[in-house]
Amino acid sequence: MGILDKHGAIERSATLLMVLSLLVVSIGGLVQIVPLFYLENTIEDVEGMRPYTPLELAGRDVYVREGCYVCHSQMIRPLRDEVERYGPYSLAAESQYDRPFQWGSKRTGPDLARVGGRYSDQWQVDHLIDPRSVVPVSIMPSYAFLATTPLDIEFIEDRIRADQMAGVPYSQEMYDNARADLLAQLDPYSDGYDGLQERYPGAIARNFDGQEALTEMDALVAYLQMLGTLVDFSTFEPDESR
Amino acid sequence: MAKKPEKKQPSTTGHSWDGVEEYNNPLPRWWLITFYLTIIWAIGYVIAYPAIPLINGATPGLLGYSSRAEVQKDIDEVNLRNAPLTERINDLELAAIAGDEQVGEFAFNGGKAVFQTFCAQCHGSGAGGSLGYPSLIDDDWLWGGTVEDIYESISSGIRDESNDYTRFSSMPAFGADGMLGKEEIGILASYVSALSGINGAGEAELAAGQELYLQSCAACHGDNGTGDRFLGAPDLTDAIWLYGSDMAALSETITNARAGVMPAWSGRLSESQIRQATVYIHSLGGGE
Repeated sequence: MGILDKHGAIERSATLLMVLSLLVVSIGGLVQIVPLFYLENTIEDVEGMRPYTPLELAGRDVYVREGCYVCHSQMIRPLRDEVERYGPYSLAAESQYDRPFQWGSKRTGPDLARVGGRYSDQWQVDHLIDPRSVVPVSIMPSYAFLATTPLDIEFIEDRIRADQMAGVPYSQEMYDNARADLLAQLDPYSDGYDGLQERYPGAIARNFDGQEALTEMDALVAYLQMLGTLVDFSTFEPDESR
Repeated sequence: MAKKPEKKQPSTTGHSWDGVEEYNNPLPRWWLITFYLTIIWAIGYVIAYPAIPLINGATPGLLGYSSRAEVQKDIDEVNLRNAPLTERINDLELAAIAGDEQVGEFAFNGGKAVFQTFCAQCHGSGAGGSLGYPSLIDDDWLWGGTVEDIYESISSGIRDESNDYTRFSSMPAFGADGMLGKEEIGILASYVSALSGINGAGEAELAAGQELYLQSCAACHGDNGTGDRFLGAPDLTDAIWLYGSDMAALSETITNARAGVMPAWSGRLSESQIRQATVYIHSLGGGE
């Protein structure tokens, strides 16, 4: 047997065993992780993806804070029944600006990867305030307090900076205008609207919760209405090598 | 009794702890064979399926498997099987689909599936609607109840900014924009109540509010309050009230206006799916 009989030497030395184990585990890990950083087909280039607007980002924070991901996934798997129900399967590129991603695999509620534009703002607000008022069989908790909680935007620039440090390509201009862009997204007739469109093409601007005040409901509904709408699938050509 | 055959004493590993020794038994054969089989399986898998990462991509594998191609194949297969039906649905006049021998039943059931998946969240699983979300089982239609009207509403939506052909109208916020005072709004709410004979309102309220009504509301809702489907202006003379019929709800409507939004479905649903949903909704009781 030769070399195979020598394992006793390794097993009898704790240090050697540890060092060699570490080596083996490292190789296993590297083989799995490293290719993700250079393989061209890990994240394909798709048109339309942009970093989230400050309002959407704030809404996303509410989403994460309230633990929406505990019941709702944001990943449509490439299976016929999922595509039929939710729309085109999710692309890796669509969550490239997520820190952290919201994929998930457990669905107590439906997948939300393409919920944007599927319902009216009013429905989203009604449903978040009292889910049973529109869907009698729903077991979702009420989030009525979002409509009365003012959105805290004191640190919105820092929030952008944090994502920037984590690799989201927010420009200096986006950072400087974070507050203005956030407010502009609530009113399509405001002065800041053009700037918002320039920095975040296609961003939908309107009064999302129907109230005068800027609330967490505004932010969350803005985020939900954007979900899955950035990539235009009528022009999307899937890369077969994936 | 026959004596048990003498078992060969296995060798030991040579370890001994307080006299306890460790046998050096070989691994069970079935376990070893299974283990070797998994290794052989893995080699075959790596050759057949995408596996080893190289410079630009992973090895594609001999079978050329791709999850995207797989799902596309599944979808195409179903579409191909249904093609004769869906093509006929798309070719027929809208009004002729429901009665068609070949596709009538298919369209109804397909439309029901579409409705339960995409429409029931707002309109209710029984299509009865709820406060702010129209019922589709009565004959009171905001934008018309013919198959063509229903098709148009589903396809282009209502007040959906993302669709260029969407149905659009907007009621003025008479109170919020200062066009009418509080007292006038009260008079109008009573007048509208009287139109459909609710809240105990009658002749007196009618007489008091007529002039105001003709000035502010008649342009869209009609001189006698029967509404205008071209503008999505509801009939005010019937007992069906989308946003409630008590005085508070009526005042709220006149003060801040209402503007329900329905998404356009032309981008999400196929032409055939929209036609099927149209057939289903038209059949629910109120279809014209």
